[in-house]
Amino acid sequence: MSVEVHVPTILRTYTRGAKQVEASGETLGAVIDNVDADHPGLKERLVDGADLRRFINVYVNDEDVRFLDGLSTVVTDGDVVVVLPAVAGG
Amino acid sequence: MLRIERSVHDQIVAHARRDHPDEACGLVAGAEGGDDPLRFVPMTNAERSPTFFRFDPTEQLKVWRDMDDRGEVPVVIYHSHTSTEAYPSRTDLSLASEPDAHYVIVSTRPSGTGDHAEEFRSFRIVDEEVTEEEVEVVPDVR
Repeated sequence: MSVEVHVPTILRTYTRGAKQVEASGETLGAVIDNVDADHPGLKERLVDGADLRRFINVYVNDEDVRFLDGLSTVVTDGDVVVVLPAVAGG
Repeated sequence: MLRIERSVHDQIVAHARRDHPDEACGLVAGAEGGDDPLRFVPMTNAERSPTFFRFDPTEQLKVWRDMDDRGEVPVVIYHSHTSTEAYPSRTDLSLASEPDAHYVIVSTRPSGTGDHAEEFRSFRIVDEEVTEEEVEVVPDVR
């Protein structure tokens, strides 16, 4: 049971420069916990309390998880998770 | 310093004018490892707001994947300010997530003198620290 997680440039300091890492879990939240176990600090950048941070976009198989079930989105073997910081401002 | 071709500069300004009074946003892609903004990519402002912008998340994924496939990075990330000067707001600083990008801001606020020369300024934003840089608009070489 493993999924591929694509890490954006600004967060690669947590993954020793790796663009993608393998992780496991039944839900997106579990996958993020699993990644954080290997790369401590990453979860803090993605999650705030029970939700994703407002200016972090996460996609499972190209679907924005905000239109799925957020951190509860179910993932299965071979899924691709992409993390992209929002490009936003005022 | 940001060196940018006239036609790319003009496309950014035209987009900012077109979307006024809402903020316009987008990027100019260029080869990874280089510093030349070459491929103009206007983005949809998902907020459709005069005071805020956010790249449409679905469009962003597609554009980021295109850049990956082409070996490109966002050399310039631009947006407009529609009633204030072309200088990063506090929100711009706290949300800036591309330390290698040139952050271009165009102001489309009406000028007191009635002329329509938009302010076009460029900044580096790293760890919420802003540094303005010179902009050199060069003739198109392509």
